[in-house]
Amino acid sequence: MTQMLLTGPKEELFSDALREQMDTWIAKYPEGQAQSAVIPCLHILQDANGGWLSRGIMDALADYLDIPAISVYEVATFYTMFELEPVGKHKISVCTNISCMLCGSEKIMNHLQQKLNIKPGETTQDGQFTLKEVECLGACVGAPMMLLDRDYHEYLTPEKIDNILDGLAS
Amino acid sequence: MVNIEIDGIPLKVDPTKMIIQAADEAGIDIPRFCYHKKLSIAANCRMCLVEVDKARKPLPACSTPVSDGMKVFTDSKVAVNAQRSVMEFLLINHPLDCPICDQGGECELQDLSMGYGEGISRFTERKRAVKDKDIGPLIQTDMTRCIHCTRCVRFGQEIAGIKELGATGRGEHMEISTYVEHSLVSELSGNIIDLCPVGALTSKPFRYKARAWEMQARPSIAPHDAVGSNIELHIRKNEVMRVVPRDNEDLNESWLSDRDRFSYLGLSSEDRLSEPMIKLDNQWQVVDWQTALDKTVEGLKGVISKFGAEEVAGLISPTATLEEAYLFQKWLRGLGTDNIDHRLRQQDFTDTDVDDSLSDWQLADIDDSDAFVLLGTNIRAEQPIIAHRIRQAALAGATVSSINLFTRDLLMPVDRQMAVNSPQLVQTLAGIAKALLAAAKQEPEDWLDLLPERAPSAFEHNVALQLSNAMNATLFVGDLINHQPQASTLRSLARLVAELSDSRLVVLPSSNSNAHRLAGSMPADKGLNARHCWERALRGYVMMGFDPLLDTAQPTIVHDALRRASFVVSISSFESDWVRQYANVILPMACFAETSGTFVGIDQRKQQFAGAVAPRGDSRPGWKILRVLGNISKLKGFDYISSQDVVDEIESPLRELKRGSKTGFIPDSLNLESDLMLISEVPMYRSDSLVRHSKALQQTPESRADGFARINQKEADKRGLDPQHEVVISQDDRKVSVPLEIDNNIADGCIYLAAATSVSAQLGSLFSQVQVMKAGRE
Amino acid sequence: MKLDQVCFRTSHLTPSWTMESYRSVGGYQVLESVLKNKMRPEEIIEQVKNSALRGRGGAGFPTGLKWSFMPRRLPGDKYIVCNSDEGEPGTCKDRDILRYNPHQLIEGMIISGYAIGAQTGYNYIRGEFYEPIERFEAALEEAREAGYLGRDILGSGFHFELHTHIGAGAYICGEETALLESLEGKKGQPRYKPPFPAGYGLYGKPTTINNTESLASIPVILQYGADWFHELGTPNNGGSKIFCMTGHVNKPGNYEVPLGTPFAELLELAGGMRNGNKIKAVIPGGSSTPVVPGARMMELEMSYDGIGKGGSMLGAGSVIVMDETTCMVKALQRIAYFYYEESCGQCTPCREGTGWLYRVIKRIEEGQGRQDDMDKLVHMAENINGNTICALGDAAAAPVISFIKHFRDEFQYHIDHGRCMDNTA
Ligand SMILES: Cc1cc2nc3c(=O)[nH]c(=O)nc-3n(C[C@H](O)[C@H](O)[C@H](O)COP(=O)(O)O)c2cc1C
Ligand code: SF4
Ligand code: FES
Repeated sequence: MTQMLLTGPKEELFSDALREQMDTWIAKYPEGQAQSAVIPCLHILQDANGGWLSRGIMDALADYLDIPAISVYEVATFYTMFELEPVGKHKISVCTNISCMLCGSEKIMNHLQQKLNIKPGETTQDGQFTLKEVECLGACVGAPMMLLDRDYHEYLTPEKIDNILDGLAS
Repeated sequence: MVNIEIDGIPLKVDPTKMIIQAADEAGIDIPRFCYHKKLSIAANCRMCLVEVDKARKPLPACSTPVSDGMKVFTDSKVAVNAQRSVMEFLLINHPLDCPICDQGGECELQDLSMGYGEGISRFTERKRAVKDKDIGPLIQTDMTRCIHCTRCVRFGQEIAGIKELGATGRGEHMEISTYVEHSLVSELSGNIIDLCPVGALTSKPFRYKARAWEMQARPSIAPHDAVGSNIELHIRKNEVMRVVPRDNEDLNESWLSDRDRFSYLGLSSEDRLSEPMIKLDNQWQVVDWQTALDKTVEGLKGVISKFGAEEVAGLISPTATLEEAYLFQKWLRGLGTDNIDHRLRQQDFTDTDVDDSLSDWQLADIDDSDAFVLLGTNIRAEQPIIAHRIRQAALAGATVSSINLFTRDLLMPVDRQMAVNSPQLVQTLAGIAKALLAAAKQEPEDWLDLLPERAPSAFEHNVALQLSNAMNATLFVGDLINHQPQASTLRSLARLVAELSDSRLVVLPSSNSNAHRLAGSMPADKGLNARHCWERALRGYVMMGFDPLLDTAQPTIVHDALRRASFVVSISSFESDWVRQYANVILPMACFAETSGTFVGIDQRKQQFAGAVAPRGDSRPGWKILRVLGNISKLKGFDYISSQDVVDEIESPLRELKRGSKTGFIPDSLNLESDLMLISEVPMYRSDSLVRHSKALQQTPESRADGFARINQKEADKRGLDPQHEVVISQDDRKVSVPLEIDNNIADGCIYLAAATSVSAQLGSLFSQVQVMKAGRE
Repeated sequence: MKLDQVCFRTSHLTPSWTMESYRSVGGYQVLESVLKNKMRPEEIIEQVKNSALRGRGGAGFPTGLKWSFMPRRLPGDKYIVCNSDEGEPGTCKDRDILRYNPHQLIEGMIISGYAIGAQTGYNYIRGEFYEPIERFEAALEEAREAGYLGRDILGSGFHFELHTHIGAGAYICGEETALLESLEGKKGQPRYKPPFPAGYGLYGKPTTINNTESLASIPVILQYGADWFHELGTPNNGGSKIFCMTGHVNKPGNYEVPLGTPFAELLELAGGMRNGNKIKAVIPGGSSTPVVPGARMMELEMSYDGIGKGGSMLGAGSVIVMDETTCMVKALQRIAYFYYEESCGQCTPCREGTGWLYRVIKRIEEGQGRQDDMDKLVHMAENINGNTICALGDAAAAPVISFIKHFRDEFQYHIDHGRCMDNTA
C-alpha cells in the first residue's frame, strides 16, 4: 500500500540462490500480491539461517516484498513454525494433543525430556536439539508421534526414539 | 432504502449500511469498542452484539448489514446479556485500577462497564501483564490496558498510510506494538490517542497532568497550516492542558496533525515574553505598557520625521489573525508607509499581480479529484491534513505524480515521483506544457517561443496524459516552489499546465496568509515587498509575530538590515536573541489560544475563534496592542471594542481591496543557470515560533533530522564530500559548517539544509547558488 | 465388510501416487471428457448437487450448492482453493490423500475450477506436511507435463493454473476465511461474514474453498455418476467418507467406508477396543464436536444425520475413541488447552474466554476445583458460543458443554476429592 523508497537495490538483500527460491513463490501469485509469499519466504529464510529468523532477515524480506516490516513481524510471531530465537541443529516437535495423549504422548515427552535433559521450549547445551510441545500435527492414526526436522515419526516408543536420535548423532 | 425497526422505532435506511450506522444516525446508542466510523470494520470486540428478530444468536451491529423488515433490539434481555458477557471477558485481563489510569474519567471501557453494574468479574486467575514500549515523545503506552480493538493498527494502515503498529503474537498473547521499539514517524500519529478507547495509548506530554472532569473544553482553530483544523482546547486553571480535534467533515474530519495537537506545549515555554521592554543605553528594561507603547510611537514618528515614512517597514507573520493583519496595515498606513508585507519567506514577487486565491474550492473537492500533481511541495510536512485527503483519494484510485526538489515517501500509492533541481523543474514543467499543447483547444501564443523545441520526455508525456485523461485534476504548488528565487517563473508554468489541461491549480497558502490578502497586509501601491524591505536596509522596522532570522527568506540580510536600522519594534510572544540584539522595543503579545481572532483557510472559509486562556504574564492580544498603537499615534478609527468590530470593518462593502488580476504572468526566459543550489525546506516542526517551542515536537525523529546538510551520492562524490566530515557551505562571503548526510532522495545539483534553524540563520538566502567543500579545505 | 474407496481408490497399487497408477484406475478420464465434450459447467454443478456430497472439512455443507453461489459469469479473476490445512485434533485423512492419491485431488480441482469459472487454484497445505507437500508438488509437475495444467488445456480453450501454498503452524488457518488471509500473506485471522468468499474471497475476488477430501471426490462422482455416489451413502449423505480412527482402538487408521456405516462396524474394522476395554466415550468428528457416551455411540450410524441424532456432529470424520481408563477431566483439559493455544486473538470472547476455560478446568484437574466451577464453565462456554467471528469459539465451547453434560459426576468427583475416580488412570 505504501510506496517505500528503497535504501538499496533489492538484489543486494539476499543471495542469488535465495532470491531464486523466493521468486519462484512470488511468481505463483497475481501481480501486486507478493505479500502472499511471506510465509513461504520465511520458511526458506529460516531454513537458510539455521532454523530461526533474525530481525535483520525479517526486515530484509519486508523490503524485498515491499511491505511494512511490522507485517512481517506479525506473521512471524503468529505462526508456530517460525522461531525468533536461535534453535538447535535438530528440532523435535512432539504432539501431545488428545489422540496422541490417549496413546501415551506424555510418556514420550517425559522420555525426551530426560534423554535430552531439557524442558519443552529449550535447546540442549550442545546445540543439537530443541524440544517443542506442539498441537495436533495431523498424524493421529500414528499416535504418539513427533516431527523431527522434516520427518514424521509415528507409533513412538522410548526405544524407537532412542534409535532415531542415536542414529542422528552418529 | 429499506425499512427496518430498531428498538421499535421504524427507520428508512440505505441498504448498504450496517445496523450500527443506522442506529448512530437515528441516535440510538449501541456500545462498541472496535467500530469507528472512519476506519474499516473489524468486528473483533463483539461489544455491539444486538438481538435481531429471527436470528439464532445475537449479531454484531457493526458488521451486520440491514435488510428489509429487520427488527433489531439493542437493549433486550438477549442483547444486554450478550453485551454483559463480552464486558466480562474484556475485564478478565484488564486492570481495574481506573483511579491511577490516565484515561480515567474518559475511558469507553470504564463508562460501559459502569453501565453493567458491579460484581461483574467471576474471574479469579491472574491477569496478563504486557511490557510497555517506547514509541516516541508524543504517545505514552500502557499496553496492559489494551483491549485489542485494533483501532490504532487500522488507523496506521488506512489513514496515516504507514503501518507502524501491528498485533503480533496470537490468542491471549497478542500484543499491539511496533515490535521493534521505535518512535512513530507518522505526522498524524497523535490520533491514535483519541482512537484508543482505553488508557493504552495516551498523550505523553499530558500524562498525569489532569483529569477529564477537571478541564473545560473551548473550541478553537489550529494555526499551523492552511487548513484551519477545528480543535478543542482543554483548559484547567487558565492553562491549556491538551488539544484534541473537533469533528469537521469539511476540514480535518476527525483528525488532527501532530503539529496542531502538540504545538500548545510551546505556550508554557520559558521563552515566552511576558513584559513590555525597552532598550535604554543598550540595556533592556522592563517597563509598563504605556511607556513601551509611547516609546514605540515616538520612535517610529522620529524615524518618519527624520527620514520619511518610506523608511519604515512593517512585517507580520502569516500566522497572525485576520484582525491583527488588518490593524497592522491600517496603523502603518496611517503612519504613511506602504512597506507592509506578510510574505516573509518569499523571494520572488514578480507575479504579485496574479491572484491565485480560490473562491470556489473546498478541501472536500480533493475527494472528487481523480488526478493530482504535486509541484514543489513536501505535502506531508507542509499540509498534513491535505496530504491525508489526497491519500484517501489515491487509495480510492486517483493518480498521483510528484515533482519536487527531493523525493519522499508520500505514504500513498504514487504513480510517479521525480526529484529535479530548479532549472530542471522549469524545463520539466515546460515539457509537460509542451506535451499538452498537442491537444490544446487554444494555443497560448505568448508562450510558444518560450517552450522548448525538443520533444517532451516520457515522464513529461505521462504527466500530461495523467492530466488530460483525468475528469477532475488538481495541481498543488507548495513552499518549495513558492520560496524559490524563480517562484514566479515556476508558478507561471504551473498555471499554464493547469490551463492547458483544464485542471484546478491550488497554490498552497502558508497558514493564515489568505487572511492577510484579505486584510491587505501587503503593499498596495508603491510600497516595498518583504524582500525589498530588508534588502534596502530601511531605518525603522516593526515586526509582528515572528523571529527575524528564522522566519524569513534571507536571514543575514535581515540581520544586517536590523543592525543598521535606527529603530526596531518587535511585537512577539517569544524571546529571540536576535530581537534582543537589535530591537528598541519589545511588546509581548498573547499567543495562540490566548486571543480571539479569525482564520481564513485555503478554502477562504472564515473561522472565528475566541481566546480560551488569559495571555501569559502581562502580554496582550495583538489586536489590542495595535488598537492602542493606533490611538496613541492619533489615528482615526481605532476605537474598536471587540475584535468583532474589526471583522465588521474588514467585511464592510465600503472597503476597497486591491485585487490581483487573473491574467497570468509570462516570464522573459525559461533558462536558469544551473549550479549547486541550496534548497531550504521549512521542516514540519520549525514552521513557526510556537511549534519550535514545543519540546515534544522537537524530540520527534522528524526534528532530529534537521541538523544535517543532505546531498546525494553523486554530488558528494563530485565534490569529495563524505559523511565523516562536516561540510562548509559558502554563499558570497558567508560560510556555515554542518555535518553531512548522504541522501539519494535529493535532486542532482542541490544541497538540502533545513530552514528555520540556527545554522540556516547564518546564510544570506535560503535558496541560492552555493559552494560546498569538505571542512578544513576552504 | 466392504470398503468403498473413493479417495483411496489407488491404495491397492504401489506406488499409489504416480500418474501411472492414477490413470490405471481411470484417472483424468473425466477431465478429458469434460473438456473434450465441453460439458456445461452447470451440468457438473448439478451432478455434484445430486451426488449429495457434503463438505468433508467439518461443516458438512453441500458442495454442489456451495459451487452454485459462485458468480461464474462475472468477468475477472476467480479462485478455487483447497483446504489441506488439516489441523483439527483427531484428523489425518487429507494428509493421506496428498501422500497416496494426489492426482485425484488435482483432477478434482481442475474440474471444479472449470465448473465455477476459476482459472487459478491454490492448495493450502499445512507447513508441517513436508512429505505430502513434496508428493503433491511432484504430482503437479506430472500433471503439468501431461498438459492438464496451463493454458488451453488439451486444446479446449480452458486455462487453469494450480499452485501449492504452505502454512506455518496455525490451526485457525483451517477456517476458510483465515486461510484466505493467510494465503494473502497475513496472520490467519478469520474475516467476518457476510460478505462470503463466493462474493469476496481471495484478493477480494469470488472464491470457493473446499476440503481436500471433498475435491478429491469429484472425479469419482463424475466417473460413476451422481446417483451411484449418492446411493453409496444414505439419503442426503452421499458417498464414502474417510474416518480417522484414533485413540483406544487396536488398529488405529484411516478407513474409508460408506456414510451410514454403523459405528459398531467401524470400530470392528479398527480392531475393536484396545485390551478389550470397555468403551467410555467417543468424540465422533474431531475435538470440536461434542463428546458422545460410548453406549450411545454404539447405536449410531456414521453419517451427518446419524451422528446428529446423538447430539454431536460428524465433523471431519475424526473419531476419537476413549476407553474406561480415560480421565474425562484430563481429556477436556487437553482439548481446552488446544483452543486456548490456537485462538487467533481477535475476538474478545474467544481470546479471553479460551484461556479462562482452560485455567478453570486445569484447576479442577489439579484438585483445586470449586463447587461453582462447573456452572461457571458452562455459562462461560455458552457466552463464547455463537458470539465470535468464526466457529473456533463454538468449537472451544462444545467440548466443555458436552463433557460436563455427560460426565458431570466425574467432574464433581474431582472437585470433591481432588483426584480421579478409582477406575480411571
Ligand atoms: C476453527 C476451524 C478450523 C477448521 N479447520 C479445517 C481444516 O483443517 N480443514 C478443512 O477442510 N476445513 C476446516 N474448517 C472448515 C472450513 O472453514 C471450511 O468449512 C471447509 O474447508 C469447507 O470445505 P468443505 O465444504 O469441502 O468441507 C475449519 C473450520 C473452523 C471454524
Ligand atoms: S492500544 Fe488501544 S486502540 Fe490499539 S488495539 Fe489496544 S485498545 Fe485498541
Ligand atoms: S463494535 Fe462491533 S464487534 Fe466491535
